[in-house]
Amino acid sequence: MPRFLRIAGPALALALGCAGTAPPAAAPGPQAPRPILPPPPWQLRGSVAEGWEAKPPSSPPVVIHGATLMLGTGRTIERGTIILDKGKIAVVAEGDLPTPTGSIVVDGTGKFVTPGLIDTHSHMGVYPMINTTGSEDGNEASSPTTPDAQTADAFWPQDPTIERAVAGGVTTVQVLPGSANLIGGRAITLKLRPEASAREMHVPGAPDGLKMACGENPKRVYGKGRHSAPMTRMGNLAGQRAAFLKAKKLREQWSRWTDEESRRIEADSKKRATYEAKHDERARRDTYCRENGEPDPCEAWRRQWHDQPLDDPPTSQPIATPDRDPGTETLAAAIEGRVLVHVHCYRADDMMTMLALADEMGFRVRSFHHALEAYKIRDVLAARQIAVSTWADWWGFKMEGFDGIPENAAMVSASNGRTIIHSDSEEGVQRLNQEASKAMASGRRAGIDVSEDEALRWVTINPAWALGIDHRVGSLEPGKDADVVLWSKDPFSVYAVAEKVWIDGAILYERGKPHWSDFELGQEPPPALPVPSRGGPFDDVKAPVLLPRPGGAP
Amino acid sequence: VKAAHLLALAAVLALAASDARAQKAKPPVAPAPAKSPAVAEAPALVYAGATVHLGTGEVLNDVTVVVAEGKIVAVGKSVAAPAGAQTLNAKGMVITPGLVDALTSVGLVEVDLEEETHDDRQGGADALRAGFRAADGYNPASIVIGVTRAEGLTSVGVIPRGGLISGQSAWADLDGATAAEALAAPLLALHVHLDADGQGGHATALLRVREAFDDARTFQRNRAAWERNQSRRFAPSRLDLEALAGALDGKLPVVFHVDRAADILSALALARDLKLRPVVAGGAEAWKVAKELAAAKVPVIVYPLEQVSTFDAIGAREDNAAKLFAAGVAVGISTGETHNARKLRQVAGNAVRSGLPHDAAVAAITRVPAEALGMGARYGTLAAGKVANLVVWSGDPLEISTRVVELVIRGRRVSLRNRQTALFEKYRTLTH
Repeated sequence: MPRFLRIAGPALALALGCAGTAPPAAAPGPQAPRPILPPPPWQLRGSVAEGWEAKPPSSPPVVIHGATLMLGTGRTIERGTIILDKGKIAVVAEGDLPTPTGSIVVDGTGKFVTPGLIDTHSHMGVYPMINTTGSEDGNEASSPTTPDAQTADAFWPQDPTIERAVAGGVTTVQVLPGSANLIGGRAITLKLRPEASAREMHVPGAPDGLKMACGENPKRVYGKGRHSAPMTRMGNLAGQRAAFLKAKKLREQWSRWTDEESRRIEADSKKRATYEAKHDERARRDTYCRENGEPDPCEAWRRQWHDQPLDDPPTSQPIATPDRDPGTETLAAAIEGRVLVHVHCYRADDMMTMLALADEMGFRVRSFHHALEAYKIRDVLAARQIAVSTWADWWGFKMEGFDGIPENAAMVSASNGRTIIHSDSEEGVQRLNQEASKAMASGRRAGIDVSEDEALRWVTINPAWALGIDHRVGSLEPGKDADVVLWSKDPFSVYAVAEKVWIDGAILYERGKPHWSDFELGQEPPPALPVPSRGGPFDDVKAPVLLPRPGGAP
Repeated sequence: VKAAHLLALAAVLALAASDARAQKAKPPVAPAPAKSPAVAEAPALVYAGATVHLGTGEVLNDVTVVVAEGKIVAVGKSVAAPAGAQTLNAKGMVITPGLVDALTSVGLVEVDLEEETHDDRQGGADALRAGFRAADGYNPASIVIGVTRAEGLTSVGVIPRGGLISGQSAWADLDGATAAEALAAPLLALHVHLDADGQGGHATALLRVREAFDDARTFQRNRAAWERNQSRRFAPSRLDLEALAGALDGKLPVVFHVDRAADILSALALARDLKLRPVVAGGAEAWKVAKELAAAKVPVIVYPLEQVSTFDAIGAREDNAAKLFAAGVAVGISTGETHNARKLRQVAGNAVRSGLPHDAAVAAITRVPAEALGMGARYGTLAAGKVANLVVWSGDPLEISTRVVELVIRGRRVSLRNRQTALFEKYRTLTH
C-alpha cells in the first residue's frame, strides 16, 4: 500500500497556493452514501419467466365493425367498431369508423365481440389432455410442501388443450400445480400462443402465483395414501404454518443480513473516510510546509507523521448472504405480495382457517379456488377483497364438495364479491362462456339479478384482477392488449362459437382451421395417392427438399 | 281387459289428435287403473298451448298435452280437458318428454370419493361381474335424485361400473319412495367394457368377454349337465352365467363401453357372432365407423364433451354425434356423469353447436336412449299411452337460460326443491 507523502503532486500545491501563514481549515468531506445492497433474490423478478417472453407476431391493423361489443367494463355497445393496432386495442367506438389503410376488415354484423376469456385455474400443459403417465407433471407429490416446484418448468406447449381453449375464446390462463400438496409451487400466467416454451408465453409483467391447498386432497394423498403427514386438517395447517415460519425466518435472516452488511460496509467506509481525512490533512500540511520554508511546527509534524504512518485501512470480509432456498424464497415473495396466493379450498370453515393462517403469517389470499361454500362467508370474502374462483355447478365429488350449489357464483357477486368462473378442466376451459352463462342463469332463477356484463366479468376482468394483470387485459379498452374474441352469437348461448380469436392484435384462431399441436399431427390416415398413368413415370413423386443445415455444412 | 282395450283406443285417438293435421280431436277416454297410490291420487293435468317436442323429431306448435293416471292421454290441437283436471296455460312454453340420461350412477353413489357411499360396483378382483345388479343398490332417497330432476331429467339408466363385464343396469324414474317403485326396469342391460383400462389390454378384454359369452351359451344349452357337475369348467360364476345367458339372443341389450374404432368393430363382430343386441356407449371414434354402425342398426350413446384423453379416444371430436346422425345411426346422448347428469341438456346443446340437428338432439336425450335400451314402448316420446314423464320449459330446452317450469313424473307434478335449494334458502341472507 502506498504510504503517505508520496502522493502529493503539483496540482495540489497549485490549488493550495501560498496564502497565509497558518494551514487553512479543511473543507468538510461529503457524507458517505448509505450502501446499496442487492435485494433478496425473491425481489429480483416478478416471475420466473421474466425476460423470456416472446415478441408477439405483428399484424396489420384489424377493424371489426357492426358487432355488439361487450366491453366487460359495465358497458355494451350495440353496434360498434373496434380497432386493433400494434398489439393493442386502439379504438372502441359506437357506430362505424373510417378504416385505416392497409387494415384487415372484419364484418361483425349480428355477431358479438368480447375480451379474450381468462381462466385462473388450468392444469393445461402439466396435466395434458392426453392422459398418460409420461406427461403427468402437475403434482410434485414427493413431499406435501414443494413451494420450489414451478409449472413453468414442466409445461408442455403441445398439449391439445391449449388450442382447444383458444377455440373456446380463452386467451390467457394461469397454469397451476395440482392440489396434492399443501403448498404445490409456483403458477405461471400465459397467453395461449403457440410457442416453444411456457416462458415465451408468459404475460409480460404478470406476477407468478402460489398454489396452496386446503382440506381433503393433501390428507388423501399423504395421510391415507402413505400414512405420512398430513393425515388431518390439523396436519395441513401445521405443514403450511411450518413452511411460512421458515419464510418469515428467511425474511428475518435477509433483513438481519442487510442490517449487518450495511453496518459492516458503513464501518469500513467510516474507517476509510477517517483515513482519507487524515491523509488529506497531512498532504495539505505537507504542501504548506514545503511552500512556506518549513516553519514551525512542521518539524514536529513530520516527526509525528514518521512515528505514526497512516496505513490504508483493511476492508472487512463481506458477510455471507443467507443460503439460497428457492421454495422458501417463493413463500417470502408471497408474504410480500410479489407472488399472488391462490388457495384451493372448498369448505367455508377451511377458508376461514386459511385466513387465520394468512393473518398469523402475514400473507394475503388473492383468491380462493373452487370455494364451493363461498356463499356461506361471502361477506367476509368481499370485505377482505378476496376473489372467488368457482364452477357453475360442480358438486358432490367429495365431502368438501357436498354443499356446492349452483347459485354460489351469483350470491358472491351480489354481495359485492369478486366472482370468477374457472375451469380446472380441459373440457371446461373450452366452454367458459357457457359455464358463466349457467351460473348467471342459476342466479336469475333464484331471483338474483345478474347482468350479462357482470357474468362476462366473471371470465374476463375479474380473473385478470386475481392474476394481477387487469391493467393490461380483461376488458375492451383502448391501450389494453388486443386479446379479442368474435362470437357467432351472444356468447351466453349454448350455440355460440368463437369464430375468430386475436391475441396481441394478431389472428390466432379461425373456426375450421387446422390444429397447431404437434401431438395431433398425422393421426389421420394420409390421403390416397393418385393412380399413376399407365406405363408413365411417377409424375407425382418429387425429390425431397433437404433443409440446409445451420452453419452451411451440407 | 276392457280397461286395456279402452286404453288402446285412447292411444289411437290421441295419436290422431297429436298429428298436426288433425283438426278435430276426441275427448280422452279413461285409461287403465293406476298402479301405485301416488299415481291414483294425482289429478289429471292439462298443459295447453305449448310448443311440443314429441321426441320423435317432430315439433308441434300450440298444442295441448293431457296427462291422467300416470299416462299421456292425448297430445293435440284441441283436446278436451278431463273433468277435475289441473290446467296450466303453457303458451310460449316448450314441452318435451322427460329427459333421460342412460349412463349414470344416480342412486348408486352419494359422494364420489367416499368409498362407503358407493353401490355402483361389485367388489373383488374378478373382472366378470355379469350377475351384479345395479337395482340391488339403488337408493331412492339419494339426494342426487332431486338435484338431477331439477334440470328436467325424469329417468336415468343406473349403470354398474368396473371390471370387464360390470353387471346389469336398471331404469329408474326419478321419483318413488322405494326402489321397487322407482325402478321401471330392474334389469335393463348388460354392461361390457372393451376399453380394458387396467384389464390387460384390448385383446385380453375381447378374449375374456368372448369366453364368458361362449361359456354362457354352453351353460344355457345344457344347464342340466352343469347342475349335475358334468360340464367343463366355465370361467364365469353361476350368477354371471345366468346373467350372460339372459342377454343372449337379444333378450337384453348389451351395452359395449368402447371408444376406439377398431374396438367398436370388434364389438359389432362379437355381437353378430353371439346374436346379441348391442348398444355402443361412449364411442369416441364411432364417427370413423358410422357406416358400419348404421348398417348394423346399432345405436350409439355418445358423450359429446368427450376429449382426446386417451389413445383409445384419440379420434374424439365434437361433431361425433352430428356425423353419426348424418350417417343414419340412432344417436343418444349422455353426460356419463352422476352428480352432474343434470348437465344433460347443455351437453345436448353442445352437440347441436357442433352440427347435430336440434330435433335429433332432443330425441337423443329422450326417445333414442329409451329405444336403445328396450324401453321405447313406454318411454321417450309424448304419445298417448306412454308413461307421463314430461317437462315444461320456459323456452328452448337445450338453451342455458331456459328453466324448468314444471316436471311431471308418472303423471305427477314433482317439486323442483332439493338439498341444494334448501342450502340456498338457508343462506339467502347471512346471519352470522
